[in-house]
This record gives sequence, structure tokens and C-alpha cells, in this order.
Amino acid sequence: MGFDLVANVVVAGVLTGLVYGLMALGLSVIFGVVRVVNFAHGEMMTVAMYAATVLFAMLGLDPFVVALPVAAAFFVFGYLLQTALINPFITRPEHSQFMLLVAVAIVMVNALLMVFGPDARNVQVDYQLDSFEIGKILIDKARLFAAGAAVLTATGLFLFFRYSLTGKAIRACADNYLGAKVVGLNVKKYYALTFGLGCVCVAIAGCAQVLLVDVTPPLGPYYTLLAFVIVIVGGLGSMGGALLGGVLIGVSEALAGLFIAPSAKSMFSFGLLIVVLLFRPQGLLGKR
Amino acid sequence: MKRRQFNQALAASVASLGFPSVVKAQSQKLKVGIILPRSGYLGFIGQSCQKGADLAPGVIKQMLGVDLELMNADFESNVDTARTRAERLIQEGANVLVGPFDSGAASAIAQVAEQRGVPFVINIAAAPLITEQGYKFVFRNFQTAGDIVRNGLALIGDLFQATNTVPRTAVFMHVNDTFGQAMAKGIGAFMPRLTQLPFKIVDTISYDPAAKDLTVEVSKAKAANADFLLLVCRLNDAIILRREMVKQRWNPMGIVSPGSPGMYEEQYFKTLGKLSEHSISNVPWYNPKAKLTGVVEKAFLKQNPKDKLVFHGLNAGFTFEACLIAADAFKRARTTDPKTLADAIRQTNITEKMMLGGPIKFNEKGQVEGIGSACVQNLNLLPTVVLPTSAATAKPVFPVPGYKKT
Amino acid sequence: MTKASAALAVLAAFLIALPAFADNYLLSVATLILYFAYTGQAWNVMMGFAGQLSLGHALYVGIGGYVAGGIFYHWGIGPWAGLWVAMALCVALGVTIGFLAFRFGISGVYFALLTIAFAEFTRIGFDHLDWLGGPGGLFLKVAQRDTWDVANFRGPPLMYYYTILFLTAAALAFCAVLLRSKAGYYWQAIRENEEAAQALGINTFRWKMLAVALSAAMTSVSGVFYAFYYNNLFPEQVFNIGRSIEIILGPVIGGVGTLFGPILGAVVLTVLSDSLTELLAAIGWEIPGIKQVFYGVVLLAVVAFLPNGIWPAVAKRLRL
Repeated sequence: MGFDLVANVVVAGVLTGLVYGLMALGLSVIFGVVRVVNFAHGEMMTVAMYAATVLFAMLGLDPFVVALPVAAAFFVFGYLLQTALINPFITRPEHSQFMLLVAVAIVMVNALLMVFGPDARNVQVDYQLDSFEIGKILIDKARLFAAGAAVLTATGLFLFFRYSLTGKAIRACADNYLGAKVVGLNVKKYYALTFGLGCVCVAIAGCAQVLLVDVTPPLGPYYTLLAFVIVIVGGLGSMGGALLGGVLIGVSEALAGLFIAPSAKSMFSFGLLIVVLLFRPQGLLGKR
Repeated sequence: MKRRQFNQALAASVASLGFPSVVKAQSQKLKVGIILPRSGYLGFIGQSCQKGADLAPGVIKQMLGVDLELMNADFESNVDTARTRAERLIQEGANVLVGPFDSGAASAIAQVAEQRGVPFVINIAAAPLITEQGYKFVFRNFQTAGDIVRNGLALIGDLFQATNTVPRTAVFMHVNDTFGQAMAKGIGAFMPRLTQLPFKIVDTISYDPAAKDLTVEVSKAKAANADFLLLVCRLNDAIILRREMVKQRWNPMGIVSPGSPGMYEEQYFKTLGKLSEHSISNVPWYNPKAKLTGVVEKAFLKQNPKDKLVFHGLNAGFTFEACLIAADAFKRARTTDPKTLADAIRQTNITEKMMLGGPIKFNEKGQVEGIGSACVQNLNLLPTVVLPTSAATAKPVFPVPGYKKT
Repeated sequence: MTKASAALAVLAAFLIALPAFADNYLLSVATLILYFAYTGQAWNVMMGFAGQLSLGHALYVGIGGYVAGGIFYHWGIGPWAGLWVAMALCVALGVTIGFLAFRFGISGVYFALLTIAFAEFTRIGFDHLDWLGGPGGLFLKVAQRDTWDVANFRGPPLMYYYTILFLTAAALAFCAVLLRSKAGYYWQAIRENEEAAQALGINTFRWKMLAVALSAAMTSVSGVFYAFYYNNLFPEQVFNIGRSIEIILGPVIGGVGTLFGPILGAVVLTVLSDSLTELLAAIGWEIPGIKQVFYGVVLLAVVAFLPNGIWPAVAKRLRL
């Protein structure tokens, strides 16, 4: 097996992993603060992907341009979803929250099926099939841009949580629910903001991903599962962990596909998930 | 023949007794339960099959003077649902079941049909086992995986002969699902026996049917440095794969499927545009020159003015023929009684047909033998029959343009 | 005789007599309902009684079905023998998962995700296991339609109906006994507050393991039933995460931790799903997906407005 083959595969794995990482980041942020596991996460991702294909088909807009309005819409959607539906469930048992979001997921997947039908949809931009050639390594242009967008968004989110007042307040809510309430923070509002931000991650990840993958309704549950694997490996609630987990899963799947059987590669990531859960249940970068 | 004569005699004698139900029979409708995956992950192909069923009553009325009433059921690409839908269709009075494109669902429905004693005509499903279980009410007018592979490989030989090419190596990629695995087994069994084929398989790569990204698989295949790509795919993965080949600048002599869906489906053309050009599928196909094809095409265009039959060739064609088989048996049986109907289906001998191959005749297992395949190449954004010459409407192109020997 | 046991007796009599007046379609729906009721009951032992959320119960259904089915397929040995092998394997598997999780202090969401991971891992593993058919599926030789071959568990739909009816009734009785036993009380203590239970001197590890083992054993039986009723098994179908969710929908809607919740939930869901199909067909709205959207909305409503499930509300209304 040649070096350039391995290098090509690893580079592609890293880039894909970054986009996955951004998607998982949304899940991680929501869990880290609201303590609710968003079982409709992948479904939201497919909604964003469909939004990008529709806007492309109607207005011919590049998915990267579309990402901003879609993200804004998703923020509002997430905010409302948390306010109207999830906030009342905060104190309910876990399986109850889980069923609520499963119901949301079922509605989303099938509403997509009703509206768009089962056909795969995609966008076709002129740079989609181009690749950069660096030595013997071919880098898919669209994949590189998508990964760039993922890194940019993640950085922005990180800075927001680190330095902005709102970001700090949200972290306070996450660290100490009661304390935050005592200090006079409107915790439910911050929860809603957080859910909105998680949805922004998903929206941008979706717009980037649509350049790489054709979207069909059943993609939703698959992404939900993938996001979970990544987030658990990286550490639920850890921002860096989500990106690291994404890259790890991206690269390990790529290598497993290369060296073992491609059709068994997702077995490898579930195996990784089991190992991490057993030996470092908080995830690689998570805190207990 | 004996039984048929007996049945006819019986029918005649009963009719002469003035038995009301049989006299009524011919004026009565045959209720055909169409069971297809119109939603779920097979939804696109299920809807394509449905188009063939939808035009059947009109065309068949005109052909045989028999009335069909369709009862449509969607099994949502779920085997459990297929089973309950089949039960319900029978409950609601379906005299015969037609469907379901998918091998898993076909075996579930076959069990219901067998238990309830209602004939089940399979339109498309290749898993060999379905007709190996000793069923008395299950009929299949489609090639088994083994036949598909044998015909498909033979056509590859013809293709090379017709184009004067001698590729030495192939890389074999296949989807790892029910169908893909049956096909891979078939190829493993037939390749060594077909000594006239000039090429060897240098690497075999199986991939997940739900794969969203085939970067690794294509990198690996490219690295095998083979002359051409032998591909057993479904639809979405075929699209992803084709794009990835361009991204990775891999230009083999061609992409040839020894018999799988995907590269002749409408969606493949719609999504890939000119990249869809020149892909080759050796599949059971309709004879574009057959008289019945013309009739069906006209009916198809009437119902789907913006569509083309050629994009639904295999799906709609075999679904239509399955309805035709049921109607033809009904005409001869002169009754909707399921047992008589099943016996009549067993006696089927339809020569005026749409799909390539010999007449539709079931063997004792309920399987039609001698269904033909065609080499279908995508030319000018249309799936075009290029081989066998008798049915061809264009000449094959191989190696495909853009190919550079490195 | 209390009102509750009278109602139960009437229900039992009705179910035993059902095949006399039900047609085949109704019988198949009833079989499906009972199948989900039984499997939901098995899941309920782990989640409802002991508070351990499993989202990967399809794992035990699949292993149970594949083991008994494989034994029958390869060696012609009927499920009465295969059942025990299947059960033993499922218990071993459940105990392994439980041991790993509980020893390493994994609980709640993490435990749930671990169960998903094991199920998915197994699904892909079975896709590569040629001996049991791989992705091509395992097909059992189908039964003649009128003979009751009890030894090999092959026969007409009626046989399967009575079998699953018996299983559901047995599971109900077994769970009723369990709930009133020492185990039942310890489980409830663990479910409500594990730390407090531990402080009281309950060996929570051991009791949680018992719940997992019992649940796995019961679920393996439903897998064996599944294999011989449907006669075909595909990894993509049986181990699918969607199946795991299907299993838990019934008990969640009916009422987690209650005895009749899983049964009521299975009835409501199956009847809802089938009448929706009927209704939509009648008004001609056969748009793919529309049924599931309705389904999701109803689920949402139940979860939002009846957080403890339907059964507690019904029981209260009926004063049972």
C-alpha cells in the first residue's frame, strides 16, 4: 500500500471529520448546558441540507452564502423549540426527554419525506468536482472549503463562550443551575439561547455537508447516531472534544476502510465508542 | 397440458350447469394487489415500479379485454409492514399479489401468499432462494442473481468483442447488501468458468449500502490500477461513486455493471448530468423494438407526459409484465378463484412480451427461465440498448472518452 | 374477586376466543400487538422496574432469533432446544454489557448510548457473518399451512397467536410476582434514588445485573418467536436502532414501570398505526410519510400531556 494512498485517505478523513465535528459540536453544546440529549440532531442537519438545496435550486445561491440565513433561521427555530417544547421537560426523567425528541425526529424525517419525496437531492456548484493537487495528494476543493467553514464557526462559537457576557452567563447556567438562578439569571432564556446556538452549528454543518453528500430523509437518523459517537468519544459537553472526536472518527473510519473492509468501517467507530465509554466514559477531553 | 385441459373442461362443464359465479367471472374484475416500497429508502424505485402498474389496466383491457382493478399498498421499505400489508390486501379481496422489488420483502410476502393460498407474482427480486422453497403460489418473472451475473458477464465478453478491446484487469466493487452479496457470490462462481473473458479481477472492494462517502473505497480502487471498473451498485452509491471518481481523477476504460440497478435510473442522469454518460449496465431490459413496448410507451407517456419510459425501463417493465401474467391467467381461468388462478399462471405461455428473452413460461418452481439481458449504455443522457445487436439502437462506446492509458 | 381481576378474566377470555371470530388479517394484527406487548414487558423489567434505560434491546431480539434460527437452519434442531442456547447467549451478553457499564460507573444517558453502540456494533458484525447469511439474510424453511408441527414450531398463524398470547400472559404474571418480590422493592429503590439505596445497604450492582439478565433472557424469547414467525432475518432489519425504539414506544406510551402499560401501549400504537393507514387510504391522502408524521404528533402529545403514560390515567378513570 503506497504512501500517497494512505496520505490521500487521511487528509480526506481529517477534512470530513471537521464537518462532522461541527455537527457534533451543536449536540455537545446543547447537552453541556441544557443537559438534554438532542435525539433529533441529525434530522435537523438534514433539514438544513434540504434548505440549502432548495435555496440553490430557486436562487442559484452557493451553499456557503446560504449558510448565514439558514443559520439565522435555525437559531430562531432552536430558540422556539427549547422555549415551547423542551423547557417544560427539563425536570422530567431522561427517557421522557428522549421520547419527546424522538417524536420530534419522527415528525421531521417524515415531513421531509412528504415534502421532498424519497429522491436524493444535491447542489451542483462549479468547483464541486475540482481538486487541488499538492505533490501526489489530491485535495477535494469542496471538502476543503467545508472543513474551513467548520473550523471558522467552531472558533467563533468558542470565542463567544469565552469572552462575551452572554457566553459567560450560559456557562454559569451550565456549571451551577441553582447558583445561576440565585444570582438572578433567567436560566430558561439562556437554555433557549444555547439550543439556538446548537442549531446554528447544525445549520452551517448541513450547508457545508450538502456539497459533499446527497441528501435524503433517512440520512437524519444516521447523522444523529454519528453525532453521538463523535460526542461521546470526544467528551459530551466539551467543545474541543467534539472537533477532536469528529476528526478521530473521520480518520479512523478512513483507515479502517483502507486496511480492513470498507463495509465494516462504521463497526470500527462503534467499537471505538465502546472502548472510550468503558475506559474514559467522560470522553477524551470531557470533564467528569 | 393435462391439467389445463382438465381445467378448461371443468370450467366449461360447470358453466353449462349454469353455475352463476363462473358465468359472472368474465364480466368481473381481477383485483390485483400491488405492493411496493413507495416510501422509505427504496421509495424512489418503488414509485418507478408503480408507474408500470398504473398503466397496466388500460393497456391490458385493450390487449386482452380483461378488467383489472389495482389495490395499491406501500410497505414503506419495511419487511414487517410488507407482511401485514399483504395480509390486508388479501383480506380486502385481492385475487393476486404483485410486487415488491425487494428480496427481503418478497420472501415475507411469499410466506403470506403461500399460507393464504393466493398467487403472488414477483416483479423484481433476485435472491435465488425465493423460488427454491417449494412454494406453490409464488411466481417470479425475473432473473435470479445467478442468471443476472451469467448473462451480465457474457455481455461483457460481447462488449469487448464488439469494440475490439482486450482489458486485462478489473477492480470489482460491490455494495454489501442482500443483493450485492448474492451477485458477488455469482461472480465468484462464474468468472473461472467463462474462459473467453480476457480479464482478471485484481481487487474486490465491498462497501456499505448506506455509505454517504466513498472516498476511501475509490482511493483504494484507483490504487489497484485496473483497466476497468466492474460495479454492482444501487442508486445513491452509484452517484456518489461516479462523482468521487472525477474528484480523484480516475479514468478507467469504463464502468461496467454485470447487472445491478443504479446507473440507468432517472436519478442518475438528473444528478450527474453529463457525468452519467457512457456508464454501462448489463441488465434485464425491455426490447425497444418489440411491438408491446410501443404500446406500453404510448400509455406511459399519456400518464406521465413529462417523463420517459426509458428511465423506468426495468422497474416499470417488469411490474407491467407481472400484471400481464396475472391478467392472462385470469382470462384463461375465467375465475378469480385463487387456486385455479395459480394453476392457470403455471400454464402461462406469453409470447407477445415487452422484456427481452424467450416466452414467459414458469418452470415447476414457479421461475421463468430464459429472460434476456441487454447491454445498456448511457448515451446522450439516455439509457440506450447497445447489445445484443438484434435489439440495439446504437453502437457501444468502449473505452469511454476521457480515458487515458497511464 | 376485585374489579381488576374480573376485568383481566374478561380480557383473557376474549383473547382466547378471538380466533373464533377474527379473520386472518385481524389475527396477524393481534399477533403483532402481543409481540410488542411481550417485548415491551421484557424491556420494562430493565427500565421500568430497575431504571436502567436500554436503547439497544433489538440486540437481544436479534441474537435470540439468529441463534435459534441458525441452529434450526443448519442442523434442523427445533427452537425448543435452540431457545435455551439463545437465552444463555443473550444473558451472557447482557451481563457482560451490564458488568462493563456498572463496574465503570456508567449510567443514565451514557448507559443508553452504550446499549445503542453494542446493538450497532453487532448489526454490522452480522453483516459480515456469512454463516448466518450475512446481509443476504437467513431464511428458514417455511411451514406447510395446516399442520401443527409443534416440535419444530412450524404451523398456521393460529399456533403463533396462541404462543405469543401465552408468552404475554406468562410475562405479565412473572412481572407481577417480580414487582412484589424483594427484587421488585430493591429495584424501585434503585430506580428512585440509587445512592440512597446503596446507603441502605442494597448491593445495587448485583440487583441491577439481575434486572439486565432477566430482561435479556425474556427478550431473547421474543427473538426466537420473531425468527420462527417471520422465517427470515436480516441484520439491517432486526438489529436496527429503529427496532429498539419500536420496542420501547409501547411501554413509554402505555406507562413505564407499570404492569399493563406495555400491553396497552402496544394496542394503542398498533391500532393507531393501522387505523391511520385505513383513514388515509379512505380519504385518498396516500402521501409517503404522512402517516408517520401523524404518528409522531400523537407520540409528542402523549409524552407531553401524559408524562406517566396512558395506563395510569386509564386505571385512575376506571378506578382499578
